[in-house]
Amino acid sequence: MDIQTIVDISLLTLLAVTALILLRLNNLLAAVLLSGIYSLLTAGLFVSLDAVDVAFTEAAVGAGLTTVLLLGAVAITGREQSVTRHSRILPIAVTTVTAAALIYGTLDMPKFGDPMAPIHTHVAPRYIEMSGEEIGIPNIVTSVLASYRGYDTLGEVTVVFTAAIGVMLLLGGVIKRKSKPKKHE
Amino acid sequence: MIADFYNYWVAIILMMIGFYIVISDANLIKKMIGITIFQTSVFILFISMSKVEGGTAPILIDEVTLYSNPLPHVLILTAIVVGVATTALGLAIIARIYREYGTVDENIIHAKDEEEYEDSDEDLS
Repeated sequence: MDIQTIVDISLLTLLAVTALILLRLNNLLAAVLLSGIYSLLTAGLFVSLDAVDVAFTEAAVGAGLTTVLLLGAVAITGREQSVTRHSRILPIAVTTVTAAALIYGTLDMPKFGDPMAPIHTHVAPRYIEMSGEEIGIPNIVTSVLASYRGYDTLGEVTVVFTAAIGVMLLLGGVIKRKSKPKKHE
Repeated sequence: MIADFYNYWVAIILMMIGFYIVISDANLIKKMIGITIFQTSVFILFISMSKVEGGTAPILIDEVTLYSNPLPHVLILTAIVVGVATTALGLAIIARIYREYGTVDENIIHAKDEEEYEDSDEDLS
Protein backbone atom coordinates (compact mmCIF):
# COMPACT_ATOMS: atom_id res chain seq x y z
CA MET A 1 0.00 0.00 0.00
CA ASP A 2 1.51 3.34 -0.98
CA ILE A 3 1.16 6.55 0.99
CA GLN A 4 -1.53 7.96 -1.29
CA THR A 5 -3.85 5.01 -0.70
CA ILE A 6 -3.35 5.33 3.07
CA VAL A 7 -4.17 9.07 3.00
CA ASP A 8 -7.18 8.39 0.78
CA ILE A 9 -8.60 5.63 2.97
CA SER A 10 -8.01 7.46 6.27
CA LEU A 11 -9.62 10.68 4.98
CA LEU A 12 -12.64 8.76 3.72
CA THR A 13 -12.98 6.95 7.04
CA LEU A 14 -12.76 10.26 8.91
CA LEU A 15 -15.50 11.64 6.64
CA ALA A 16 -17.78 8.69 7.38
CA VAL A 17 -17.18 9.08 11.14
CA THR A 18 -17.88 12.84 10.97
CA ALA A 19 -21.12 12.25 9.07
CA LEU A 20 -22.21 9.59 11.59
CA ILE A 21 -21.58 11.99 14.51
CA LEU A 22 -23.54 14.67 12.61
CA LEU A 23 -26.42 12.23 12.29
CA ARG A 24 -26.68 11.87 16.07
CA LEU A 25 -26.10 15.51 17.09
CA ASN A 26 -29.02 17.43 18.55
CA ASN A 27 -27.22 20.74 19.09
CA LEU A 28 -27.63 22.72 15.86
CA LEU A 29 -24.61 24.97 16.41
CA ALA A 30 -22.35 21.95 16.89
CA ALA A 31 -23.88 20.31 13.82
CA VAL A 32 -23.16 23.38 11.68
CA LEU A 33 -19.54 23.59 12.85
CA LEU A 34 -19.09 19.85 12.29
CA SER A 35 -20.44 20.21 8.76
CA GLY A 36 -17.73 22.84 8.20
CA ILE A 37 -15.11 20.32 9.33
CA TYR A 38 -16.73 17.76 7.04
CA SER A 39 -16.34 20.11 4.06
CA LEU A 40 -12.71 20.80 4.93
CA LEU A 41 -11.99 17.06 5.09
CA THR A 42 -13.62 16.71 1.67
CA ALA A 43 -11.33 19.44 0.35
CA GLY A 44 -8.32 17.50 1.68
CA LEU A 45 -9.59 14.35 -0.01
CA PHE A 46 -9.93 16.23 -3.32
CA VAL A 47 -6.27 17.29 -3.11
CA SER A 48 -5.22 13.68 -2.65
CA LEU A 49 -7.37 12.74 -5.66
CA ASP A 50 -5.58 15.34 -7.88
CA ALA A 51 -8.59 17.69 -8.07
CA VAL A 52 -6.83 20.82 -6.81
CA ASP A 53 -9.26 23.32 -8.36
CA VAL A 54 -12.22 21.50 -6.85
CA ALA A 55 -10.40 21.34 -3.51
CA PHE A 56 -9.91 25.07 -3.14
CA THR A 57 -13.43 25.81 -4.31
CA GLU A 58 -14.78 23.33 -1.75
CA ALA A 59 -12.58 24.85 0.98
CA ALA A 60 -13.70 28.41 0.15
CA VAL A 61 -17.33 27.83 -0.77
CA GLY A 62 -18.23 24.59 1.03
CA ALA A 63 -16.30 25.03 4.27
CA GLY A 64 -16.46 28.83 4.29
CA LEU A 65 -19.58 30.24 2.67
CA THR A 66 -22.00 27.38 3.43
CA THR A 67 -20.92 27.35 7.09
CA VAL A 68 -21.47 31.11 7.32
CA LEU A 69 -24.92 30.78 5.73
CA LEU A 70 -25.88 27.94 8.09
CA LEU A 71 -24.57 29.91 11.08
CA GLY A 72 -26.70 32.87 9.97
CA ALA A 73 -29.76 30.63 9.77
CA VAL A 74 -29.02 29.20 13.23
CA ALA A 75 -28.61 32.75 14.58
CA ILE A 76 -32.05 33.65 13.23
CA THR A 77 -33.86 30.53 14.41
CA GLY A 78 -32.14 29.70 17.70
CA ARG A 79 -29.69 26.96 18.38
CA GLU A 80 -31.74 24.37 20.25
CA GLN A 81 -32.95 21.68 17.97
CA SER A 82 -36.31 20.40 19.08
CA VAL A 83 -35.95 16.68 19.67
CA THR A 84 -38.94 15.47 17.67
CA ARG A 85 -38.05 13.09 14.89
CA HIS A 86 -40.11 11.03 12.56
CA SER A 87 -40.29 7.32 13.21
CA ARG A 88 -36.99 5.61 12.54
CA ILE A 89 -37.98 2.28 11.07
CA LEU A 90 -39.07 3.51 7.66
CA PRO A 91 -36.02 5.77 7.01
CA ILE A 92 -33.61 3.01 8.10
CA ALA A 93 -35.35 0.51 5.81
CA VAL A 94 -35.37 2.92 2.84
CA THR A 95 -31.70 3.91 3.23
CA THR A 96 -30.54 0.31 3.72
CA VAL A 97 -32.33 -0.92 0.61
CA THR A 98 -31.06 2.03 -1.45
CA ALA A 99 -27.50 1.53 -0.18
CA ALA A 100 -27.62 -2.18 -1.04
CA ALA A 101 -28.86 -1.42 -4.55
CA LEU A 102 -26.19 1.25 -5.10
CA ILE A 103 -23.36 -0.96 -3.76
CA TYR A 104 -24.54 -3.76 -6.05
CA GLY A 105 -24.33 -1.19 -8.87
CA THR A 106 -20.69 -0.34 -8.08
CA LEU A 107 -19.53 -3.94 -8.44
CA ASP A 108 -19.13 -3.80 -12.20
CA MET A 109 -17.67 -0.28 -12.21
CA PRO A 110 -14.06 0.15 -13.34
CA LYS A 111 -11.58 -0.24 -10.50
CA PHE A 112 -10.50 2.91 -8.64
CA GLY A 113 -7.60 4.57 -10.51
CA ASP A 114 -7.84 2.29 -13.56
CA PRO A 115 -6.30 4.26 -16.47
CA MET A 116 -8.26 2.24 -19.06
CA ALA A 117 -11.69 3.10 -17.63
CA PRO A 118 -14.13 4.29 -20.34
CA ILE A 119 -14.27 7.75 -18.76
CA HIS A 120 -10.56 8.29 -19.52
CA THR A 121 -10.54 7.07 -23.13
CA HIS A 122 -13.03 9.48 -24.67
CA VAL A 123 -13.09 13.32 -24.92
CA ALA A 124 -10.71 13.90 -21.98
CA PRO A 125 -7.52 12.87 -23.87
CA ARG A 126 -8.24 15.48 -26.51
CA TYR A 127 -8.48 18.24 -23.90
CA ILE A 128 -5.26 17.02 -22.27
CA GLU A 129 -3.38 16.92 -25.58
CA MET A 130 -4.73 20.00 -27.33
CA SER A 131 -5.83 22.53 -24.71
CA GLY A 132 -2.29 23.80 -24.03
CA GLU A 133 -1.90 24.64 -27.71
CA GLU A 134 -5.43 25.88 -28.39
CA ILE A 135 -6.13 27.95 -25.29
CA GLY A 136 -2.61 28.69 -24.15
CA ILE A 137 -2.94 28.21 -20.39
CA PRO A 138 -1.48 25.26 -18.52
CA ASN A 139 -4.46 24.57 -16.25
CA ILE A 140 -6.74 22.24 -18.22
CA VAL A 141 -9.67 22.64 -15.81
CA THR A 142 -9.64 26.40 -16.36
CA SER A 143 -9.40 25.94 -20.14
CA VAL A 144 -12.45 23.67 -20.21
CA LEU A 145 -14.43 25.76 -17.72
CA ALA A 146 -13.85 29.17 -19.27
CA SER A 147 -13.37 28.35 -22.93
CA TYR A 148 -14.59 24.97 -24.23
CA ARG A 149 -17.58 24.90 -21.89
CA GLY A 150 -17.97 28.67 -21.45
CA TYR A 151 -21.71 28.52 -22.06
CA ASP A 152 -22.13 26.05 -19.20
CA THR A 153 -20.41 28.52 -16.92
CA LEU A 154 -22.74 31.24 -18.19
CA GLY A 155 -25.66 28.96 -17.26
CA GLU A 156 -24.12 28.45 -13.83
CA VAL A 157 -23.89 32.19 -13.30
CA THR A 158 -27.55 32.47 -14.32
CA VAL A 159 -28.50 29.90 -11.66
CA VAL A 160 -26.51 31.76 -9.00
CA PHE A 161 -28.09 35.06 -10.05
CA THR A 162 -31.59 33.57 -9.88
CA ALA A 163 -30.87 32.13 -6.44
CA ALA A 164 -29.55 35.50 -5.25
CA ILE A 165 -32.73 37.24 -6.46
CA GLY A 166 -34.82 34.58 -4.73
CA VAL A 167 -32.99 35.05 -1.44
CA MET A 168 -33.34 38.83 -1.63
CA LEU A 169 -37.06 38.63 -2.40
CA LEU A 170 -37.71 36.13 0.39
CA LEU A 171 -35.77 37.97 3.08
CA GLY A 172 -36.48 41.52 1.90
CA GLY A 173 -40.23 40.85 2.03
CA VAL A 174 -39.87 39.78 5.64
CA ILE A 175 -38.22 43.03 6.70
CA LYS A 176 -40.98 45.07 5.05
CA ARG A 177 -43.73 43.00 6.66
CA LYS A 178 -42.14 43.19 10.06
CA SER A 179 -42.24 47.00 10.10
CA LYS A 180 -45.97 46.93 9.36
CA PRO A 181 -48.31 46.21 12.26
CA LYS A 182 -50.15 42.89 12.01
CA LYS A 183 -53.68 43.44 10.85
CA HIS A 184 -55.52 40.14 11.04
CA GLU A 185 -56.79 38.35 14.21
CA MET B 1 -11.12 -5.78 -3.79
CA ILE B 2 -11.91 -3.43 -0.89
CA ALA B 3 -9.32 -0.83 -1.96
CA ASP B 4 -10.69 -0.99 -5.52
CA PHE B 5 -14.16 0.11 -4.49
CA TYR B 6 -13.55 1.81 -1.13
CA ASN B 7 -14.09 5.34 -2.50
CA TYR B 8 -17.39 4.42 -4.15
CA TRP B 9 -18.67 2.63 -1.08
CA VAL B 10 -17.82 5.47 1.30
CA ALA B 11 -19.51 7.88 -1.12
CA ILE B 12 -22.62 5.67 -1.01
CA ILE B 13 -22.52 5.48 2.82
CA LEU B 14 -22.20 9.28 3.05
CA MET B 15 -25.04 9.68 0.57
CA MET B 16 -27.27 7.42 2.67
CA ILE B 17 -26.36 9.30 5.87
CA GLY B 18 -27.39 12.55 4.19
CA PHE B 19 -30.56 10.94 2.87
CA TYR B 20 -31.36 9.55 6.33
CA ILE B 21 -30.96 13.00 7.93
CA VAL B 22 -33.25 14.53 5.30
CA ILE B 23 -36.09 12.05 5.79
CA SER B 24 -35.83 11.29 9.51
CA ASP B 25 -35.01 14.65 11.11
CA ALA B 26 -37.84 17.09 11.70
CA ASN B 27 -35.61 20.18 12.03
CA LEU B 28 -35.40 22.03 8.72
CA ILE B 29 -31.85 23.35 9.24
CA LYS B 30 -30.66 19.83 10.03
CA LYS B 31 -32.32 18.76 6.79
CA MET B 32 -30.27 21.37 4.89
CA ILE B 33 -27.09 19.95 6.48
CA GLY B 34 -28.25 16.52 5.30
CA ILE B 35 -28.66 17.87 1.77
CA THR B 36 -25.13 19.31 1.78
CA ILE B 37 -23.77 15.92 2.93
CA PHE B 38 -25.70 14.25 0.11
CA GLN B 39 -24.29 16.73 -2.42
CA THR B 40 -20.73 16.28 -1.18
CA SER B 41 -21.02 12.50 -1.52
CA VAL B 42 -21.86 12.91 -5.20
CA PHE B 43 -18.80 15.18 -5.59
CA ILE B 44 -16.61 12.50 -3.97
CA LEU B 45 -18.01 9.84 -6.32
CA PHE B 46 -17.25 11.93 -9.43
CA ILE B 47 -13.77 12.99 -8.32
CA SER B 48 -12.95 9.38 -7.39
CA MET B 49 -13.81 8.30 -10.93
CA SER B 50 -11.53 10.99 -12.40
CA LYS B 51 -8.44 9.70 -10.58
CA VAL B 52 -5.85 7.88 -12.69
CA GLU B 53 -3.34 5.63 -10.95
CA GLY B 54 0.05 7.39 -11.03
CA GLY B 55 -1.46 10.50 -12.64
CA THR B 56 -1.11 14.04 -11.39
CA ALA B 57 -3.29 17.15 -11.18
CA PRO B 58 -4.37 18.27 -14.69
CA ILE B 59 -2.01 21.23 -14.99
CA LEU B 60 0.30 20.94 -17.98
CA ILE B 61 4.02 20.66 -17.19
CA ASP B 62 6.76 19.44 -19.49
CA GLU B 63 8.02 16.43 -17.52
CA VAL B 64 4.59 14.86 -16.91
CA THR B 65 2.61 12.82 -19.40
CA LEU B 66 -0.07 11.18 -17.24
CA TYR B 67 -2.82 13.41 -15.87
CA SER B 68 -6.04 12.71 -14.00
CA ASN B 69 -9.22 13.33 -15.97
CA PRO B 70 -10.07 17.08 -15.92
CA LEU B 71 -13.70 16.76 -17.07
CA PRO B 72 -15.28 15.57 -13.79
CA HIS B 73 -13.36 18.36 -12.05
CA VAL B 74 -15.06 20.95 -14.26
CA LEU B 75 -18.50 19.40 -13.67
CA ILE B 76 -18.03 19.34 -9.91
CA LEU B 77 -16.62 22.86 -9.82
CA THR B 78 -19.91 24.03 -11.35
CA ALA B 79 -21.93 21.77 -9.03
CA ILE B 80 -20.29 23.18 -5.87
CA VAL B 81 -21.21 26.75 -6.79
CA VAL B 82 -24.75 25.80 -7.80
CA GLY B 83 -24.99 23.78 -4.57
CA VAL B 84 -24.20 26.76 -2.38
CA ALA B 85 -26.77 28.83 -4.30
CA THR B 86 -29.51 26.26 -3.63
CA THR B 87 -28.43 26.01 0.01
CA ALA B 88 -28.74 29.79 0.36
CA LEU B 89 -32.21 29.72 -1.21
CA GLY B 90 -33.29 26.84 1.05
CA LEU B 91 -32.07 28.66 4.15
CA ALA B 92 -33.88 31.83 3.06
CA ILE B 93 -37.10 29.83 2.77
CA ILE B 94 -36.43 28.35 6.24
CA ALA B 95 -35.91 31.85 7.68
CA ARG B 96 -39.22 32.88 6.11
CA ILE B 97 -40.98 29.82 7.59
CA TYR B 98 -39.48 30.68 10.98
CA ARG B 99 -40.86 34.24 10.83
CA GLU B 100 -44.29 32.88 9.97
CA TYR B 101 -44.51 29.94 12.39
CA GLY B 102 -41.93 30.71 15.08
CA THR B 103 -40.33 27.30 14.69
CA VAL B 104 -38.28 25.29 12.22
CA ASP B 105 -39.61 21.94 13.42
CA GLU B 106 -41.62 20.20 10.74
CA ASN B 107 -43.92 18.34 13.16
CA ILE B 108 -44.87 21.56 15.00
CA ILE B 109 -45.45 23.33 11.67
CA HIS B 110 -47.81 20.55 10.57
CA ALA B 111 -49.64 20.69 13.92
CA LYS B 112 -50.06 24.46 13.59
CA ASP B 113 -51.32 24.10 10.03
CA GLU B 114 -53.94 21.57 11.07
CA GLU B 115 -55.02 23.75 13.99
CA GLU B 116 -55.51 26.69 11.67
CA TYR B 117 -57.40 24.52 9.20
CA GLU B 118 -59.79 23.34 11.92
CA ASP B 119 -60.29 26.91 13.14
CA SER B 120 -61.24 28.09 9.68
CA ASP B 121 -63.66 25.16 9.45
CA GLU B 122 -65.38 26.31 12.63
CA ASP B 123 -65.64 29.85 11.33
CA LEU B 124 -67.46 28.65 8.24
CA SER B 125 -70.05 26.50 10.03
